[in-house]
Amino acid sequence: MIRLFVPFNWKNLLIIIGFFSITTFLNAQITPAEVLERVDANLSANTRVFVSEMTIHGKRFSQTLQSKTYSAGNSKAFTEYLSPAREAGTKLLMLDDKLWIYTPSSDRTIQLSGHMLKQSVMGSDLSYEDLMSDTKLTEEYEVVNMLTEIYQDRTTYLMELVARTEAQSYARRKMWIDAEYFVPVKEELYAKSGQLLKQASMSDLKQIQGRWFPTQMVYRDMLKNGKGTEFRILSMEFNQAIPEHLFSKAVLR
Amino acid sequence: MKLAIYIAFKNLLGAGLRTWINVLVLSFSFVAIIWIKGIMLGWDHQAKSQLIEWEIGHGQYWHTNYDPNDSFTWDDSHASPSDTLINAIREGRYAAIFVAQGVIYPEGRMVPVCLKGINTTQQVLKLPTSFLIREENIQSSAIPVMMGAYMANACQLKEGDQFLVRWRDMDGVFDAREMELVKVFATPVPTVDAGQIWLDCSRLQNMMGLNNEITLLSIPSYESNELLFSNEFQFKSIEFLLSDIEKMVQMKSKGQSVFYLVLLVLAMLAIFDTQVLSVFKRRREIGTYIALGYTRSEVVRLFTIEGGVYALLASALALVYGYPFLLWQYRNGFKMPVDVAEFGIAGSNHIYPLFSLALILGTFLLIAFTTLLVSYLPARKIAALNPAETLKGRLS
Repeated sequence: MIRLFVPFNWKNLLIIIGFFSITTFLNAQITPAEVLERVDANLSANTRVFVSEMTIHGKRFSQTLQSKTYSAGNSKAFTEYLSPAREAGTKLLMLDDKLWIYTPSSDRTIQLSGHMLKQSVMGSDLSYEDLMSDTKLTEEYEVVNMLTEIYQDRTTYLMELVARTEAQSYARRKMWIDAEYFVPVKEELYAKSGQLLKQASMSDLKQIQGRWFPTQMVYRDMLKNGKGTEFRILSMEFNQAIPEHLFSKAVLR
Repeated sequence: MKLAIYIAFKNLLGAGLRTWINVLVLSFSFVAIIWIKGIMLGWDHQAKSQLIEWEIGHGQYWHTNYDPNDSFTWDDSHASPSDTLINAIREGRYAAIFVAQGVIYPEGRMVPVCLKGINTTQQVLKLPTSFLIREENIQSSAIPVMMGAYMANACQLKEGDQFLVRWRDMDGVFDAREMELVKVFATPVPTVDAGQIWLDCSRLQNMMGLNNEITLLSIPSYESNELLFSNEFQFKSIEFLLSDIEKMVQMKSKGQSVFYLVLLVLAMLAIFDTQVLSVFKRRREIGTYIALGYTRSEVVRLFTIEGGVYALLASALALVYGYPFLLWQYRNGFKMPVDVAEFGIAGSNHIYPLFSLALILGTFLLIAFTTLLVSYLPARKIAALNPAETLKGRLS
């Protein structure tokens, strides 16, 4: 039976008053643009160097890939797989809208571009673009709506974003941003038609170089069946100098 | 010569079972070669005519960047044809196709596909495009699409099923919509079936944000239509478009020729052995011929003709059982032991062989020539025989 009214007691009254007080206070304090700026300040950087682990759940078995990624903004990224042994040495280089993949077993480099960048990485729920790019929300999206919502017992800003330009992969996204740490804890990515394409949930926030960063993420392609793909950050460095040769094709051999 | 042929016939018929075994083996080779070659000719003809009917028409115009084997080129392989041509496409005089990439999710499974938009009015190709026209009374937001039986089977879809499609428009923005499979068509041409989905061209152009743009155009006849010429589109002749299937059949044909070469070699070995034995066993006869005034070359000719008569007898025997067999094959066709579509080769699984006069005459001449050759080689030994010794039954 659905209960339409919350039964009156002092505890419930305090929670309701508390919730409205917090949301009123938060909304009065911060604008949507400021929220996005603070999210970018946490997540985005001139350069990022991180070691991560990605667990891809297949129908019959799961596999975990460990990799090290160097990225500079949204247009340059280099990733090298560290394990398992059969994938170790595989290198991915992304420069603008082009991606080269080098596989040591075949000693071949193949180039992907355009549509292929939006394809899944090794059957995961992440595309090459999702994996390697560092999108600056303030530059790419504008906020059309912001609400305050309790998500997993935390106060969050639920923000609805639409792409500023026609060239964004996801025309619309919804983000639940932790009101204390300014880090997204949940995200939904939508197609132009409004169809939900992907969902991501972030957890295990850690402070790295004065920034808060989620180190555990679960991505799910909402159009296909599956348990999703887990993504863990093992180590992260922001704004480190990255040698320029790592963003050249010579690094692929 | 007449006498030589008469003697040759008499000698062969006199040899009894040995002759008939040789003739049977040779006739079998004769029929097998014609049958295999006929299958290849039939396959070539069938595959080409089916490709013309289902995929290429009588030539195509491709966007200059378009490479059907390189999906990287598809994003940049489209342009708007002239207004006159757009009207001709609307009237169905040409089959205009727009090619894009997408991913479908039947039952939550991810399947990358090639999305092909085609004008529903087209009369050039056998594709049942009229099914893509959404009737006014049907209230459905799902995009009507069709696919070949092989693709439908691979995706485990049937008519009436709905599934999601995700694509990227001209700006790279993801979009997704529901599609409804309105028609599953059976086609012997896998290149219009495997890995692709057909939908209304204008709808796909709309989805991609590229109105009136097309990737390629199939024309209905060899007519030279000046309005088609444009810098952005390049004409691909029917010979060019059929060259792949031609190479494939030629390659298969070479592979098959090993089989009938083996048959031919077996038959020739039998004749060669018989000839060697004849020369050895008929020494007295050879001596008598020479004693009666035959020159050595005339005796060699006699033995060579004897060998050649095998080819004549084999042809006659082949006609007796080969003609009804080949006629039955011509009418009922040959069922391929494997589904050729699974290998991406055009052609139905039932192949109707084609037997031309050139094929039959060519095969006869090949067999006759090789038989004469293998008959001549052992008979050459006769030239070195001493008539006096041979009359005594000795080989010198």
